[in-house]
Amino acid sequence: MTKETREVYVFGTCLIDLLRPEAGMAALRLLERAGFHPIFPQAQSCCGQPAFNSGYRREARAVARAQLTAFTRELPVVVPSASCAGMIRNHWPALFAGEPEETQARALAARTFELCEFLDRAGLVLQDRGESVRVALHHSCSARRETRTTASAERLLTQLSGVECLAPAHAEECCGFGGTFAIKQDALSAAMADSKCDALLATGAERLISQDAGCLLHLQGRLARRGDALPVQHIAEFLWERIA
Amino acid sequence: MNVPGPMTALRARVREALGKAPVRRNFRAAMDGIRAKRADALPDATDFAQRRARTAAIRARALARLPELLERLEQRLEANGIRVHWAEDAAQANAIVLDLLRQAGARSVIKGKSMVSEEIGLNDVLGEAGIAVVESDLGEYIVQLAGEPPSHIVAPAIHKNRHEVATLFQAHHPQREATEDIEGLTAEARQVLRARFAQADAGISGVNFLVAETGTLVLVENEGNGRLSTSAPPLHIAITGIEKVIERLDELPPLLDLLTRSATGQPITTYVNFISGPRRADELDGPREVHLVLLDNGRARIHADPLFADTLRCIRCGACINHCPVYVQVGGHAYGSVYPGPIGALLEPQRLGLEAGGSLTSACTLCGACGDVCPVAIPLPGLINQLRAEGVEPRTDSPLPDAGRLRHRGEALLWRLWAAIYAHPRRYRWLARLLTALRRLAPRRLGAWTRWREAPRPAARDLHRLAREAGFSDE
Repeated sequence: MTKETREVYVFGTCLIDLLRPEAGMAALRLLERAGFHPIFPQAQSCCGQPAFNSGYRREARAVARAQLTAFTRELPVVVPSASCAGMIRNHWPALFAGEPEETQARALAARTFELCEFLDRAGLVLQDRGESVRVALHHSCSARRETRTTASAERLLTQLSGVECLAPAHAEECCGFGGTFAIKQDALSAAMADSKCDALLATGAERLISQDAGCLLHLQGRLARRGDALPVQHIAEFLWERIA
Repeated sequence: MNVPGPMTALRARVREALGKAPVRRNFRAAMDGIRAKRADALPDATDFAQRRARTAAIRARALARLPELLERLEQRLEANGIRVHWAEDAAQANAIVLDLLRQAGARSVIKGKSMVSEEIGLNDVLGEAGIAVVESDLGEYIVQLAGEPPSHIVAPAIHKNRHEVATLFQAHHPQREATEDIEGLTAEARQVLRARFAQADAGISGVNFLVAETGTLVLVENEGNGRLSTSAPPLHIAITGIEKVIERLDELPPLLDLLTRSATGQPITTYVNFISGPRRADELDGPREVHLVLLDNGRARIHADPLFADTLRCIRCGACINHCPVYVQVGGHAYGSVYPGPIGALLEPQRLGLEAGGSLTSACTLCGACGDVCPVAIPLPGLINQLRAEGVEPRTDSPLPDAGRLRHRGEALLWRLWAAIYAHPRRYRWLARLLTALRRLAPRRLGAWTRWREAPRPAARDLHRLAREAGFSDE
């Protein structure tokens, strides 16, 4: 394959951009390691999901439209978030239905991939250099039901010889982040976080990892408030740390 | 004085429910059990996908021909000797039932389970008219004694454990020996209810499916109370929504199969009742009169709305409720609606209007668990999200009551501001620069977020800058 065809776009997501850029950098490095040439368009911002899930579709469309102009070449778009990848892939076509950009949005949706899914399909080989560690993997609902890429994350982690990956009880249940839900129904969101934190801590894991920064921000914030010491890491950061 | 709005009231009920640790434990245990049963009954995802494609198609087909099927249903039912009554709303339905009972001189009613009767508030209306109503479904009987509404559409008393039921029974059946044993409690209810069946002047029940081709009312249940309620008293009044009709009898088995597997994990219920008319001349038992009240109460309007018509595919199995991570935390009463959980968040805002019911769409993380298990493939999360949009940025021709009424100036302004920044790369870059530069000044308190969680702090350098500095190309 030529270098040309191995080019990929990276859509970093707004949460990672401003709050967890190390995860985005790790995603870029992992893609390089997998033999790709990642491109990070500086004109990108957000997939529009926060407004979309709050009912403000016009505003969501305006923001999503701006991304269409940032990712114009016909390259795969790799997203280190199942939530944002799912938004683009599953909801942009409807968001742009009947709009002039509909075809463009559909095309972009069709070439959007969640990071683990993309690395797994690309056959990335991971050589574990880290010390043995037990991690709890929190599957986001987006990874489970929007992009359906939980298995990809698990396959990547199984390659790491020193990593024991633990699943919490009620693993299939939402952690209670839910975007603006965390604000609008804050008590409910915290109660759900508590159930999730209890289950995660009960695994005896030394670290919590996930494919989505949204869940992690919420869980990290709640763990810290509860005084529980469970370090939190985006899966991209974790994978890169193990093999770098 | 300010009357609290629906959103404030919902949040208050949620806070109250979250404070009741024993009830929350009951819900957790009950939902874990019922989810495991469903998983055992539908173990293969591919098989489930195939089955539900078929059931969804049957329901969609029926809804596509709803007026025609209802007409045929009425003809067949009348030919079978079942009188059909049409009710546009709750008041009409209640009046019809009350009239029928009065004409028959009925003073006491035994009821089988019916969520539609909850929807129209029938028990209160009959009580005020001096007619004694006894619920015969065990769960409904329990919540009736407790003076509470059902907390679940299939398992009305799921919020109570056996100790609470025992206490309730001791208070209401003082002549009986106290027990906390589940079999003992069931036997006690059975014996108390047995007498009520014999005495009742009329039976009122719900319906699971209406078969247009044969004019049959189909009713599933596990306790035999449905059969007794509909056959022991001389008068049977069935009440249900107009959407329950299907075309043919041979469409019924796949629906029943997925209904019971989804609801309770059973391949079939203990009783499957096919009611096709009153007692005939040569028959020894059965009611002398059978009536069906067909309720609209907003359903025709939902049916006419292309965006939300799929709501009516619902067969009321409760699987969406059982798998909802919000419901399992707070239970059904916290919703404050007749139908709780995901189906409530979808149906109630359409039925009651967005002003009264729209807040329910906020009690959802859009996690998708409900949509995954729905036996008729209703895209619940997508539709709940659509309802949010109808609340703040409705379609110009939206038929939803109170469309757009959930738009608040402050929130709308915030989203416009957000879009004005995030849709413009240069402005967004400025925001990122500002937040990262001033990260040490980031507030420690961020409203509702930091009521429960620590505040995140912006990164020292954002990803745009890190990627550029590391030499990753821009295009």
